[in-house]
Amino acid sequence: MDFSFDARANYEATRDLAGYVDRKKATQATYDRIGFMSGLEVHQQLLTKEKLFCHCPAGIYNHHDDYDAELIRHMRPTLSELGEYDGTALMEFKTRKNIIYRIKNATACTYEVDDTPPFPIDREALGIAIEISLLSKLNIVGEVHITRKQYLDGSIPTGFQRTAIIGVEGEIHLKHKKIRLIQLSIEEDSCREISDIGHVRIYKTDRLGMPLIETVTYPDCLNPDEVKEACDYIRFLNRSTGKVRSGIGAGRQDVNVSCKGGTRVEIKGVAHTKWIPELTHIEAFRQWSLLLLRDELRKRFPDPSTWKMTSVNLESVDLNTSFAPLQDAKEANMTVMAVKLPGFKGALSHFTQPDKMFANEISDRLKVIACLEKPNMVHSESIVPEVEVENWQKVANLLSTGKNDAVLIFWGPQEDMKTALETIEERCRMAFEGVPNETRKSFENGTTIFERVLPGADRMYPDTDSAPIPLEDDYIDSLSKNLPEDIIDRFNQLRKWNVPEDTYTYIFSKNYYPLIERMVKELEVDPRFLGTFIGHRLKNLLGRQKKPKQFNIEKIYKLFAYLRQNNLNVRLAWAMMPELATHPRMDFDSVLASLKFKKIPQEEIIQKIPFLQEKFVPRKKKDKANHQLNWMMGQLHKQATGNIELSYLANQIKQAQA
Amino acid sequence: MSEDIFQGYKGDALDTLKKYNARVWGQAEVETTRGKFIGTILPRSENDDDQHIVMKIPTGYNVGVDVRTIKSMKETGYKKANYKIPEKQFPTTPGLPHVKLFGTGGTIASRLDYRTGAVIPAFSPGELYGAVPELADICNLDTEKLFAVFSENMGPKQYIGLAKAIGKEIEQGIDGIVVGHGTDTLHHTGAALTFMCQNLPVPVVLVGSQRSSDRPSSDAALNLMHAMKAAGQSDIAEVMVCMFGPTSDEYGLLHKGTRVRKMHSSYRSTFRTIGDTPLAMINRKTISPIHKTYNKRRNDRNVKILPYYSDEVTMLYYYPGMKPDTLDALVDAGYRGVVIVGTGLGHVNKELYPAIERAHAKGVHMYMTLQTIWGYVHMFVYDTGRDMMAKGIVPTGNMLPEVAFIKLSWVLGQTDDPAEVKRLMLTSVNDEITPREPYNGYLVYQGGVPEVEDFIRKVHK
Repeated sequence: MDFSFDARANYEATRDLAGYVDRKKATQATYDRIGFMSGLEVHQQLLTKEKLFCHCPAGIYNHHDDYDAELIRHMRPTLSELGEYDGTALMEFKTRKNIIYRIKNATACTYEVDDTPPFPIDREALGIAIEISLLSKLNIVGEVHITRKQYLDGSIPTGFQRTAIIGVEGEIHLKHKKIRLIQLSIEEDSCREISDIGHVRIYKTDRLGMPLIETVTYPDCLNPDEVKEACDYIRFLNRSTGKVRSGIGAGRQDVNVSCKGGTRVEIKGVAHTKWIPELTHIEAFRQWSLLLLRDELRKRFPDPSTWKMTSVNLESVDLNTSFAPLQDAKEANMTVMAVKLPGFKGALSHFTQPDKMFANEISDRLKVIACLEKPNMVHSESIVPEVEVENWQKVANLLSTGKNDAVLIFWGPQEDMKTALETIEERCRMAFEGVPNETRKSFENGTTIFERVLPGADRMYPDTDSAPIPLEDDYIDSLSKNLPEDIIDRFNQLRKWNVPEDTYTYIFSKNYYPLIERMVKELEVDPRFLGTFIGHRLKNLLGRQKKPKQFNIEKIYKLFAYLRQNNLNVRLAWAMMPELATHPRMDFDSVLASLKFKKIPQEEIIQKIPFLQEKFVPRKKKDKANHQLNWMMGQLHKQATGNIELSYLANQIKQAQA
Repeated sequence: MSEDIFQGYKGDALDTLKKYNARVWGQAEVETTRGKFIGTILPRSENDDDQHIVMKIPTGYNVGVDVRTIKSMKETGYKKANYKIPEKQFPTTPGLPHVKLFGTGGTIASRLDYRTGAVIPAFSPGELYGAVPELADICNLDTEKLFAVFSENMGPKQYIGLAKAIGKEIEQGIDGIVVGHGTDTLHHTGAALTFMCQNLPVPVVLVGSQRSSDRPSSDAALNLMHAMKAAGQSDIAEVMVCMFGPTSDEYGLLHKGTRVRKMHSSYRSTFRTIGDTPLAMINRKTISPIHKTYNKRRNDRNVKILPYYSDEVTMLYYYPGMKPDTLDALVDAGYRGVVIVGTGLGHVNKELYPAIERAHAKGVHMYMTLQTIWGYVHMFVYDTGRDMMAKGIVPTGNMLPEVAFIKLSWVLGQTDDPAEVKRLMLTSVNDEITPREPYNGYLVYQGGVPEVEDFIRKVHK
């Protein structure tokens, strides 16, 4: 151990070596340099009455503490035919978790907890999945085969997810490029995790079994913004059918990222597309940094197999520390151990992500694999040392460390120490290889932590409980008759109508385009005004509500129809909307009454111009004509709104002035 | 015989494969009216239609391609899958009991071939060790595959074969026996072995699994561990069924072979002791007896093997309006024993009386059991019951219908003398009729009732 080592300087130096920059400063050249590559797995719940393989109602959720029964399961890895356990399988088995399911009778039956075989697949869900596959230009399979995809984390009580391919090889067209799709599958949603502490992981089964589709793209996105654009596109496409669920958790995506020489890493369960750019940016640089670390370690150990860590139990060492977690651990009779990582000086504080270093990768794995709750370790390269230098000296002596070695101290229950040591060694050995294959959990700030080892293709098995489902041409033809047009065509139409682009996301994410199109056609509303009305006014008013009211979008159609029928100007809608947003059931006459609106013929308003012209008292210094116009418009605004087009009125005033 | 390169394909699908020179396990590119599909051609299940070809696409999923949409097809490679369960030497540990596992063909330990979906049974000690390594901490294991039949195909031949094999193993000094078995008729076999293997000095434990062991959440591994522990370490020398207590992975129950019944088609906790409490609870650490008395393990080898069985016994499940010709038909077909499963306390309608009289006159042995599953046959309460007894029907106390069927088959394999048949039928070998029913021998709690819901919320179901 080198007691004069400056961890902060090393962290910054390794960050600069990787060329890490803030995303705002990054350009395409930045991403080309590190070989940024990304693809998506976009999950979308379907709007069905029932779950996919049983007759439980879909879309009913319950609170963590609201349950009728609990049951406990363990997941065992099953061998693949090569006699190998799948990587994830082995990791999950090591963790030896007690998995507890909380069941609510209203939302789960014996199927959810794997005590009843599956019922035939929900045809409503299958139909929606085929429609979306057609929209995604996928090749629809001739026969749907239900497959079991193993998950040993307990998120599905059977230990596998029932899933099936609907189509393969499709594409979507973004503004400037085409993204290829690998496949679209229909699958059952998993449990929601309540907690994961030590060896106990608790799930609830309300969401389990809900119909879900997964659209998988090729890694065709070459910068973070493209990933977001592709993701938005797929989500908008799904929503354009009007047959998918919305709201929190109804759409989620896994984002696959790699850099040149890196590995496919899957960032799981990203809830908002707006988080994607930062996440992918940081992940690509994390991989790039790990590759630099690898090069450095290989320089030090040309033959990595000679590298060997040593460990010691600190039972006999009097650690006199004021560091609370370590004190607590000692009090709780936990085992405290130290590990010497030979030649790892500078490795622990090697940059990985903003405010994260390689040591975090070890700590994250200790939590997940060895079930050691954080904080679970301290190390010799913390930027702000937690443990006093005397203690490090004691440990360093005990391990007889050299100047180039790094040391970490970790603690936990005695029975987890073996797995913990294996986990530390395994992660350090992986540092010689580069980027481990893993799935990572995302945070809002764009950083990620280790979640699971990435499972291999060997975890797919045919579901012997389900028969294949043939998809006849006639059936597919009948579904293709009712498809909406492509999102890209709608996008172009909105542009042609001069609808401001900042409204598109709202319009597509809420699937309001069909309404706009219908209103333009049937009510001859100006599309630009309508787009702005929906994308700005409505969004703003509904978004501001603390307790959002159920607002039926058909009300907008009725509002404009009412205005048209009563020969009122459409701008009145702008004034009426706040009242309607808070009182969606109020009739339009009452809304107008509450606005104290009076119907006045156009001529009557225009007749007032000469009178106001006389009444106008000009102030000095101001442009008289313009000042007069504005003042008169202000005087007439209230009466004019809804009765006369304001631009027409202004013209009338200008004519009177001339 | 040449190798089948079109496994499972027939009709149009087979013709298509032949037309394009493509085989099972061939890697193929298929052009269809719905676009292109690439993948490995898989065998097809025999019962599926002849209009589709199954392919495993590169992402590991299977899809079916409709042959009517195929425009062209090209085999680009070939890679046959070879699969077998990895074997690891089952370690011998001095001091641990010796347990023999008999296989009957149930899939207690098996795994699924991920390409075809075929279930490959894991059975040799090495295979079992590869799948459930914990077994090596419980016992020294030897295995023998006696038959390869599904549970529903177990029958007289298998019961007798098993009984003899158990007798032989006991003579040779084994510490305990486990029988791996499909679950559907596990309780029939439990009864048969109880009658055929009497005065057991060691445990005989029947075990199965409700979820095959190719599933991560299977009950197979834990059931096997429990069964091996019960066979090797428990002092209960009886024929027992060892299966999950709750559906949770918490503990197993040891049920007497004569009092157990499968009560749910698919639950893990499907086996229940009826009209009594189970013998014991078992988990990986301890065996906790529930019954105060049971037959204790002994060092002698004085087992009595009584491998008798008549296949001229049948069951008649009574329903309202049943006509006498049903019973007449059974008698005419030559059945010598009929176990009637009657309503309530053990009743059938009056219309059947003449047929019962005719059967009795022909020397057919008739025994009454209950559709209610729980409770005793009680034919003195109503006249109809007394009438029936007068006509030769013998009530069987609280013997379970399936047990009565097995027992009558076993008895009629030994004698045809009505008095002796009756004596054997009504003399319990091991609690098939119990003198009393404890109050907790009947527990079917009703969901939705507040106190039951409270209870369910607190215990792991």
